[in-house]
This record gives sequence, C-alpha cells and structure tokens, in this order.
Amino acid sequence: MEPIKTITSRAISLPMDDIDTDQIIPARFLKVTDKAGLAANLFSDWRYNADGSPKPEFLLNQSAAQGAHILFTGNNFGCGSSREHAPWALTGFGFNAVVALSFGDIFRNNSLKNGLLPIQVDAATHQRLKDLLDEVPRSEWNIDLEAQTLNTPDGESVHFEIDAFSKTCLVQGSDELGYLISFADQVKEYEVSHHKGVTT
Amino acid sequence: MGSPLTLFQKVWNEHLVTQQPDAPGILFIDLHLVHEVTSPQAFTSLRARGLVVRRPDRTIATVDHGVPTLPSKDGTVEGRLAWADELCRKQIAQLEENAKTFGIRAYGPSSTNNGIVHVIAPEMGLTQPGMTIVCGDSHTSTHGAFGALAFGIGTSEVEHVLATQCLLQHQPKTMEVRIEGKLAKGVTAKDIILALIAKIGVSGGIGYVLEYCGSAIRALSMEERMTICNMSIEAGARAGMIAPDEVTYDYIKGREYAPKGAEWDKALAYWKTLPTDDGAAYDHSVTLDASSLEPMITFGTNPGMGIPVSGKIPTAAAFTDESQKAGLEKSLAYMGLDAGSSLLGHPINVVFIGSCTNGRLSDLQEAASIMRGRKVADGVRALVVPGSQQVKRQAEAEGLDIIFKNAGAEWREAGCSMCIAMNGDQIAPGEYAVSTSNRNFEGRQGKGGRTLLASPLTAAAAAVTGCVTDVRTMLES
Repeated sequence: MEPIKTITSRAISLPMDDIDTDQIIPARFLKVTDKAGLAANLFSDWRYNADGSPKPEFLLNQSAAQGAHILFTGNNFGCGSSREHAPWALTGFGFNAVVALSFGDIFRNNSLKNGLLPIQVDAATHQRLKDLLDEVPRSEWNIDLEAQTLNTPDGESVHFEIDAFSKTCLVQGSDELGYLISFADQVKEYEVSHHKGVTT
Repeated sequence: MGSPLTLFQKVWNEHLVTQQPDAPGILFIDLHLVHEVTSPQAFTSLRARGLVVRRPDRTIATVDHGVPTLPSKDGTVEGRLAWADELCRKQIAQLEENAKTFGIRAYGPSSTNNGIVHVIAPEMGLTQPGMTIVCGDSHTSTHGAFGALAFGIGTSEVEHVLATQCLLQHQPKTMEVRIEGKLAKGVTAKDIILALIAKIGVSGGIGYVLEYCGSAIRALSMEERMTICNMSIEAGARAGMIAPDEVTYDYIKGREYAPKGAEWDKALAYWKTLPTDDGAAYDHSVTLDASSLEPMITFGTNPGMGIPVSGKIPTAAAFTDESQKAGLEKSLAYMGLDAGSSLLGHPINVVFIGSCTNGRLSDLQEAASIMRGRKVADGVRALVVPGSQQVKRQAEAEGLDIIFKNAGAEWREAGCSMCIAMNGDQIAPGEYAVSTSNRNFEGRQGKGGRTLLASPLTAAAAAVTGCVTDVRTMLES
C-alpha cells in the first residue's frame, strides 16, 4: 500500500445518499480471482448505456473526473455488501479519499486497508462543501492526513477524525496483518484458555 | 460481582485477546466461513506471503454465490456446473483447490451439505451461542440469531482471519431493539425486520450491534430469528444478536456439529450465562409494536423504503431533508412508481422465493401454504430456490416441491441465485420482482430490474395473483 500523507486534487461530487456497493461495482463483476481491472466497471450501471457506450452526463465520464483523487458524496456511502471490490475499483480509478456524511461500516473498514481514506464530516460542513462544489465545480481541495485537516480554497480548514491506528497504517503505507501476526504468542496463549464452548 | 453486561459485551469480552493503547482490539474468531467470491484474493495473498491457515479446524468453505441452480444436465455435479459461465466455474474450482491446499473442510457442489453459507452453518450445528463468527459476506449477521457475535468482513480481513484466526476491531456500540406484542395472522419475521428498517433507516444502525429482544422475538422460531438478524446489515448495523433460550438449545441439540454428552452440558451451562443481565445499559434503544404490523413491501431502491402492503408510497412532503427528497425521487424514477400511490394490484413479472433471508424450510412451507392448489398467474415466472441441499431434501420429503411444480413454479437446486444474480438467475430490465431476498438496490437482481422485498407469504400471493396482493385476504380463516 502506498503511504498517504497529503492528497491535493480537485474534488468531484456524487452527492446522493445511500450509494450502495452494488452501484459502486455490480455483482456480475465479482467473478474475478484477482483485483485488477475493476476500475473499468466502477459505477458501471450508472456509467454506461446498454450498448456499452459511456453516458456523457454521468460524472465519471466527464473530464473533471479524470485524475481526480477525491470523491464527495452523501450519507451512508458504501452501504450493503461487504465486497472489497468496491474500494479496489475506486482506488483503481484513482480515488484516494471519499468525503461523506457517513460510511457503510464494512466499506469503511475495507477502504482503510486499501489506501482509500474515508473522511466523515458533520452536517454543517457537508452542506458547506456541497455548496462550494456547486459554486466552483472541480474546486481543488487539500487533505493533510497527518494534521487530520481538509482544506478548501475558500480558506476553511476542517478537522476530521480517524483512529490513531488506521492513521499510522495509512501514513506509513503498512498493512494490518503484520501487526496482527506480531501478537501470535498472545493468541496462542489465549487459545489454551479460551472457553471450549464450540465444536467445529 | 461485576457490573451488569449486555449479551454483546459478554461475547466481546470473552473473545478479546488483547487491547493495546491507541489500537483496535484483537478479537479471536471461533468460526470463519468462506465462499468462492470474496476469498480468492485472500488465498493468493496468503500464498504470496508464505503463510498458512492458522486454524483450518475453525474454517469452513462452501460455494453458493455463483453456483447454478438449474437441475444437472445429466445427474452429475459436472452436469450442474455446466450451466455456469467460465468465470463462475473458475471461482468454484479455485475455492475447492484452496480448501484442499490449506486443509479446509469444504462443502463443494458435490456435497450433500452444500448450500448458502448462512443456511448450512446453522443447520449443521456449527453456529452456536457465544461464538464469534465472520465471513466475507455482509449477511453473516444471520448467525447472531443464536446469540453469536457474527458479522461480514472484507477480503483483506478474510486473509487476516485465515492467517491469525483474529481480527482487529473497534468496539461497536449497543442498541436495544425491543419488539413487544403478538404478530397478526399473515405477518411474519420478514415484516418485522422490514418495518424496523423502515423506521430507523438504512443508516440507523451504523456503529451499533443490535440486540433484538421482547416478547415478539421470544415467540419466534430459530429460522424466523435468523431472518431478522440476517437483515441487521440493511439497517447499517455491524451485527444483530438475539439472546439464546430454550428455542435455541432445542434447535442445536443433536445436529452434526453440536456438542454431545458432557460437552453439551458444559456448553449449555455457558450459553445460559450469555443473556443480557438485568440493569445492563445499552447506548441506544428503540421499540417496535409487533401487534400493529401489517405485511410489509418495499417500493424503492433500498431496504428502508418499505411500507405496509395496504399503505401508500410516501410523497416528498413526508421528508424535510432535501437529499432524502432527491433520494425518493431518484428511487421512484428507477422503480417506475408514483409517489402517493398504492402498490396493491401493481402487476409483477417475477417472484423469487429463496436466499439466506428466506430460503429455509419454514419459508418454503409458508410459500407452499399459499401456492397449494393454486396456479402461478399467466405471464409470471416464479422461482423457488431452497437455501441448501438439506432444505431441498426436507422440502421434498414433505412434498413441497410437488406443490410448487403443480402451481407452475420452478423448483431449483440450492444457492444464492436471484438474490445476487451472479449465477444466471436474474430478472430482465424493467421487470418487477417480488423477492424474499434482502436487497432491492438498483440492478441487484439483474441490470435494470426492479425488486420489491417481501415475506414468503406475500411473495407467494403475488405469484398466484400476478400482482402485489395483501396475503391476509388469501388466508383461510
């Protein structure tokens, strides 16, 4: 995983609520056994006509989306299925951060493991950012992960929360498995004393 | 005597290996369920790192998402898989290969215990109270019906559990969902959960583990409780749990992997310590009156967009929030439905009875009770897909398959089928399906398809009338 310290990019907006992972990457594209190539089908059913041609009015088909690293969206982004193909497709397209009112729980966990920073903002901030993008589409934002700030061209700076552990993993580009493995001895000890209420 | 604890807190505390400062807790996982769609990349990474599966004895694999449900072309397993496309066949073969390489017990397409992961684990007695259970599938919440802490994880986390039998977890908050009262005739567990999600919304449970309690929950069978917990994720919750009781113990006893003899007594004594203590505090509480519920049906493109079957689709005036108004408008445009209208009598094209939500024996019995002696309406395609091969055998032993076939419905092999539409079972663009599954997202059951979620009773009623119907008008008095 590439380390993330700062992200500077125009933000593009899909401001609706409850965008589920079936929209982000429909189930028929989950028949893969690797992670490659999913970006081509990111938001496939919103992005392409039945004949496979791109829908020009859809955000990802517009020039503003090309090279954008920040996606702005509504409440409960990434709800639904646990498919990690969703963050794989988003990062494959080039996104490194999603700014939302809230996130689907499993999607949020999956994002943090794939160099996709989920930034949750409060309702007032969300409205301000939405207005800003309405006024100045393609406005360039700066995210400073170490300082935990989202900085916008109107001079505002918003503090966002991220747990210390996830932040360290993202900033260092390290994955969580190494950390887990380092506790192998404690796990072994736990297994010896663990309530044997299960027979598998 | 410590302070009173909730069911969730007890299971959490029991499984916390360590909690380091400024880090998530390390949670031990008792049972890891693996299927063909979300595991290949985890096994690939495991191989690349030179790691092994730490506890193959606590890991169970099945294939369900991509398996064809059409009858075998020649009676063999190969003849069944011949219906699958090349990519599905490759995923299935890869799962079997990974299971073999890493010493994991797999219930492949040739196994008599094959089926949807959330149907087979409980029916084999693998799902037990007080366990931690994970799977790369969001409907893992199903297993919470037994008083287990069970939730869906992503593929990276599948790899974590394969390698370490542990997960990094921040402790979620707890929400009491108290459901009191007696259900009216024709109103089922599915209607309870659809009504709850309509009430708290699809993001209402984010950050919480729900604990369902109250007299209405106590009165439910295990299969009904599984239907409720299954859809906890549709409210955004991390998990849903129900404290174990005699209904739970009776269900588990005697199943293949249930504890036996002295082990049973020991396990039972532990399970009885699990229910939430008197006076334990939840972070939040909601209530629902079961006696006031009607059969529910969804009209929109998320599971929270549900109404009583006799009700009307809301208008924008029902919402103050602009983004909710926009969401309603977008949903109704996709669904081809009008705000303020009733769904009763709305023609439908397809009925799907099955899935990890409603693909168990009692679900099929309910559907059959409506289809018995009736015919699927002209122009309607009805698909009945048992949740597992075991459910299929039980249903056939009772003659349910004959009832469905006589009615003109298709009786299929077990699998996820039209719930996720990866295996070729799907609806066509613009078609309306009344479905007993769990998600009505745009395109979920086939690109451009429109899903109305409902109970097996309501789905069966729609199959025979050809339109959205209040099943209560069809019940024998």
